[in-house]
Amino acid sequence: MDPRKIKELLKLMTAHDVVDMVIEEGDTKIKLSRGTPASQVILQPAAVPSVQQVFPPVPPSVQHAESGPQQQASGAPRAANLKEIKAPMVGTFYRAPAPTADPYIEIGNKIKPGDVLCIIEAMKLMNEIKAEVAGEVVEILVENGHPVEFGQPLFLIKS
Amino acid sequence: MISKILIANRGEIALRIIRACHELNIRSVAVYSEADKDSLHVKLADEAVCIGGARSADSYLNINAIISAAEITDSDAIHPGYGFLAENAHFAEVCESCGIKFIGPSPDNMRAMGDKIAARKIMKQSKVPVIEGTVEPIPSHEEAIRIAQKVGYPVIIKAAAGGGGRGMRVCHSDVRLASAYVTAQAEAASCFGNSDVYIEKYIEAPRHIEIQIAADEHGNVIHLGERDCTIQRRHQKLVEESPSPVVDDELRKKLGQYAVKAAKAIKYASVGTIEFLMDMKTGEVYFIEMNTRIQVEHPVTEMVTGIDLIKLQILIAMGEKLPYKQEDIVIKGHAFELRVNAEDPSNNFMPQPGKINQIHFPGGYGVRIDSHIYSGYSIPPYYDSLIAKMIVHNTSRDECISTIKRCLDEIVIDPLKTTIPFFRRIMDDADFRKGEYDTSYLNKFFTVERGEE
Repeated sequence: MDPRKIKELLKLMTAHDVVDMVIEEGDTKIKLSRGTPASQVILQPAAVPSVQQVFPPVPPSVQHAESGPQQQASGAPRAANLKEIKAPMVGTFYRAPAPTADPYIEIGNKIKPGDVLCIIEAMKLMNEIKAEVAGEVVEILVENGHPVEFGQPLFLIKS
Repeated sequence: MISKILIANRGEIALRIIRACHELNIRSVAVYSEADKDSLHVKLADEAVCIGGARSADSYLNINAIISAAEITDSDAIHPGYGFLAENAHFAEVCESCGIKFIGPSPDNMRAMGDKIAARKIMKQSKVPVIEGTVEPIPSHEEAIRIAQKVGYPVIIKAAAGGGGRGMRVCHSDVRLASAYVTAQAEAASCFGNSDVYIEKYIEAPRHIEIQIAADEHGNVIHLGERDCTIQRRHQKLVEESPSPVVDDELRKKLGQYAVKAAKAIKYASVGTIEFLMDMKTGEVYFIEMNTRIQVEHPVTEMVTGIDLIKLQILIAMGEKLPYKQEDIVIKGHAFELRVNAEDPSNNFMPQPGKINQIHFPGGYGVRIDSHIYSGYSIPPYYDSLIAKMIVHNTSRDECISTIKRCLDEIVIDPLKTTIPFFRRIMDDADFRKGEYDTSYLNKFFTVERGEE
């Protein structure tokens, strides 16, 4: 939700002596409570993470790996225990934190939730893409330095 | 030099822009949400990038994703179309700071006209007639009442950051105004992020007349005549035409001069539209707002002037001088546009997304269809319901109506419910044929129409 909107709503609450307000917008729910010297803002997490700000860097939590079988990056059906990790944003895919550094992961590595898998660079910001599942890296589907679009499969993980 | 344009939009307007790019030998990049992967604009662009999930906030309003897509495709410029980010000054600034040309006016132009209160002030200073009312945000409901009593009821409260018919309330009394003031502010804060509101005298039964302008980056400004967009439902335009049945040469010249003056006052560059209301009781015309973008109904002007406005807009963005002087602009014949929406007119115009099995579009003399739909296409439920624009150009208004009727008989969009049957009723109506109506015209077609408070 736009912080300016929240500011305006807080102003109105004070002006019209409203104590509590709950606003739902899509997957975002916000509760505003006035009663202590400073108004409190309690933000409930959205069901789907979405990147809203333009600047400062926001590390987006990663796209969930597909749990269904039949994933179709190249048309070939996936085995039941193979999951795709998809790009949660548009940008340029990098396997390592810097050109001279080692890649975050290689084929055969075991990963767990929270592990950084790769970088997607967008608008000069390096965004770390973190795993949300555990498993073994079976395939790396994008070459280093190549552009990726939203939803594009990046890795195949065997659980 | 612009050699690749990313179109930050979807549907029929994305297609329109891609076509203009093609003719100019400029490569086109389509961006799309996951819901639009089978969309025609994706198929026809030279390149396409998926930028996010179905919700507009995740995709077509996602500035980060759009700019990233422009970067990875090496696009020189972004065309925002209409709606979405088209009048978002912040987005235009981000483009600028990333070295991407925004095909539209400057962020300052947008801010000047995007704030409807500031726009009124600028017009007043330029001696363009505005409706009696305020040129400052209203600080309290007492002040609102004081102004309303001075101006005289009925009045209309509007959001400063609104526009396009949203966030408006008509009030006939102090009591109504006091409550409308509070709710209008809350609505404005929620929809537009800004609770500022202003008041105008409410003109009952007006006509909506707008002037198309084009300005280059060298200070040259011309107008391309008017469009009459009086036929609206809940402030959404359904039928537009040029020339207007109530605008003669003299009034056209006067309105054109106002429009050019307004554009020059803010050093505007690109295409834009200045909207006026005509009070049918007095014949007076008043500025209401300026739209700093290409509009849905631009084809109406294209047909009567013979000028491709999207190509012109791109050429202006490339720094070229306007290839026309005012005397080169000639209005020939008459043109209409009908907005075909996927809505059920017999069920309160409920949106009807769904799969299209068969399409047949009319053609022949004087017929143009701007549409992104095709047989087998599924209309996604996440965006607006406009599925086709039926544009007709002929030698006279009567001839146009005759062509429109033929088209309405011929067109097939199976099995969707659309507004086609509703247009048939309008075309048969005597007042429409005479060109005599105001913005309340469509009320007569509805047995129960919810009035404003």
